[in-house]
Amino acid sequence: MTATDTMAGAPAPATATAPLLEVRDLHVEFHTRDGVARAVNGVNYSVNAGETLAVLGESGSGKSVTAQAIMGILDMPPGRIPQGEILFQGQDMLKMSAEARRKIRGRKIAMIFQDALSSLNPVLSVGYQLGEMFRVHQGLSRKAAKARSIELMDRVRIPGARARVNDYPHQFSGGMRQRIMIAMALALEPDLIIADEPTTALDVTVQAQVMDLLAELQRESTMGLILITHDLGVVADVADKIAVMYAGRIVENAPVHEIYRQPAHPYTKGLLQSIPRVDRKGQELYAIKGLPPNLLHVPAGCAFNPRCPMAQDVCRTDVPPLHTVGAGRGSACHFWKETLGD
Amino acid sequence: MGRYVIRRLLQMVPVFIGTTFLIFVMVYALGDPVAAMFGDRAPDPATAAQIRHAMYLDHSLPAQYVHYMKQIFTGNFGTAATGQPVTELMGSAFPVTIRLTLVAFAIEAVAGIGLGLLAGMRRGRFADTGVLAFTLLVVAVPTFVTGYVLQYFLGVKWHVANPAVAEGAPIGDLILPGLVLAAVSLAYVARLTRTSVAENARADYVRTAVAKGLPKRRVVTVHLLRNSLIPVVTFLGTDIGGLMAGAVVTERIFNIHGVGYQLYQGILRQNPPTVVGFVTILVIIFLAANLLVDLLYAVLDPRIRYA
Ligand SMILES: Nc1ncnc2c1ncn2[C@@H]1O[C@H](COP(=O)(O)OP(=O)(O)OP(=O)(O)O)[C@@H](O)[C@H]1O
Ligand code: SF4
Ligand SMILES: [Mg+2]
Repeated sequence: MTATDTMAGAPAPATATAPLLEVRDLHVEFHTRDGVARAVNGVNYSVNAGETLAVLGESGSGKSVTAQAIMGILDMPPGRIPQGEILFQGQDMLKMSAEARRKIRGRKIAMIFQDALSSLNPVLSVGYQLGEMFRVHQGLSRKAAKARSIELMDRVRIPGARARVNDYPHQFSGGMRQRIMIAMALALEPDLIIADEPTTALDVTVQAQVMDLLAELQRESTMGLILITHDLGVVADVADKIAVMYAGRIVENAPVHEIYRQPAHPYTKGLLQSIPRVDRKGQELYAIKGLPPNLLHVPAGCAFNPRCPMAQDVCRTDVPPLHTVGAGRGSACHFWKETLGD
Repeated sequence: MGRYVIRRLLQMVPVFIGTTFLIFVMVYALGDPVAAMFGDRAPDPATAAQIRHAMYLDHSLPAQYVHYMKQIFTGNFGTAATGQPVTELMGSAFPVTIRLTLVAFAIEAVAGIGLGLLAGMRRGRFADTGVLAFTLLVVAVPTFVTGYVLQYFLGVKWHVANPAVAEGAPIGDLILPGLVLAAVSLAYVARLTRTSVAENARADYVRTAVAKGLPKRRVVTVHLLRNSLIPVVTFLGTDIGGLMAGAVVTERIFNIHGVGYQLYQGILRQNPPTVVGFVTILVIIFLAANLLVDLLYAVLDPRIRYA
């Protein structure tokens, strides 16, 4: 099934080919004892088939919550989606039945989590956990599912797959475990994979290997990839475009190379300056001053204003809309022109 | 796995010797069994010495213990106060008590886990609050009160169940006593399961199971419940011993002639062979149950199996 032939009845796409996934004005809030935490406040982003979107932002900016909303695995309650649409192949998943969404999960949209050790079931063998995908979604027998699991493990290059298929998660190294998570996500050849900080829990040397594997597997196919990370360093090589999140909003989105050359938002600029770089070795690393806002008390106006070196009075009163900066580029800053010009 | 079993078996040897020796000493401290035979009359010293010799009582305590152990390993458990061999009493008492314990165990496991799962999955809601209140009530009321109250209402007043257990203790008659015996443990199992389920429900691997698109039933039974039951199984296993001990009280309420009844008689009549013999068998059953649990534990949790 292609993205276009499911568009009947859906609003006409803006471009010739409709995106594989389009998040529109998504809001997510958590009702907690201390009040309502608005974790996601009107996020828009889209991914096309074969494309990689990197979602960046500090801890707590709402990257994972957005992903969980797409997957349909938010904790509800306390979570709630008061507003927004999540169009997958043209259909709003938020309007689907629970059963219809379940059938999309794993089969059409799969997710790779950050910590493979805790994300895999400790008491079931990896073969069982991989095979479950085939048994549940395709009705394969245990034996056939096991054979497919071994193939998958080979595909993500786990040495000695046949001998290790009955091993348990704790018997693998961190890098191998994350490969198993990747294998699980790939099992049914989904149209979209969401990888939520897939390498954060790994050693630096292993990080690169796992990232390369993911990029390679994606290149071979037409699947879309949403790569959530707060590491700008890895993004340049693998992503096609970037969305930067701050306090539950997209503050800047752009094709990957433009953002590196010329950020249009002071927050992105700060993030870029805080990457360690070989050519600036010895210099002190730049860090954005201050802390991300408390979601129960997001500052009025631009949420970034208390930490922004360019903030003016208007920033403390008016929420900046996402200004169009160029083709496929936007910046939620009142002074995006000045930022670009710097 | 084989080495694991052997290690566990070896660990049981000192436990067995320690507990049985302790019982032996305690029974010895109960008083002079020879004097007890004669009741209020003072025995003739020569006769008493003769009996003492015949009963191996003129040796040191450790020597008596070794002698006793040698005898029971040849199947000779001595004679009871009634003159019957102790093994004969065991043959009639143990099947009854074991049946009662098994009935209680089944009730405890099924109802406890069921209620705990229900509460854990609906944390903070009505079902949860209800289960919590129920368990609190059950734990707070002493077993013999629960026993007599249920016996009176269900047995005597409403005729739902037999108030006393018939000769031979058929399973049907044991359901009410089993429920009474299981009550407190059932409450603990329910609470333990509830906590464990609620904790595991938030675990990352459960979220993964949902993200894989598995049906809810499968997420709960294959992924959530299996992990949540690990601590519950440990409790259930160690509780078999507790149930057998509790059976002593329950047997009195419902007039069941099981191990509790015989032990009580043995202590009342200061008959060491009865008391030590019955307790030794209880210790063996307890150790076997523990071994079984350890094995089950290893089956449930591969991290232990391969440690
Ligand atoms: N189940 C929940 N209940 C209450 N608040 C939640 C819940 N899940 C997330 N949040 C809140 O939502 C906010 C956004 O969290 P999110 O996990 O999306 O951040 P993130 O951008 O992924 O950060 P990180 O880089 O640390 O993963 C956080 O402030 C968090 O406290
Ligand atoms: S709107 Fe103002 S405060 Fe916000 S980023 Fe732009 S300049 Fe800084
Ligand atoms: Mg996150």
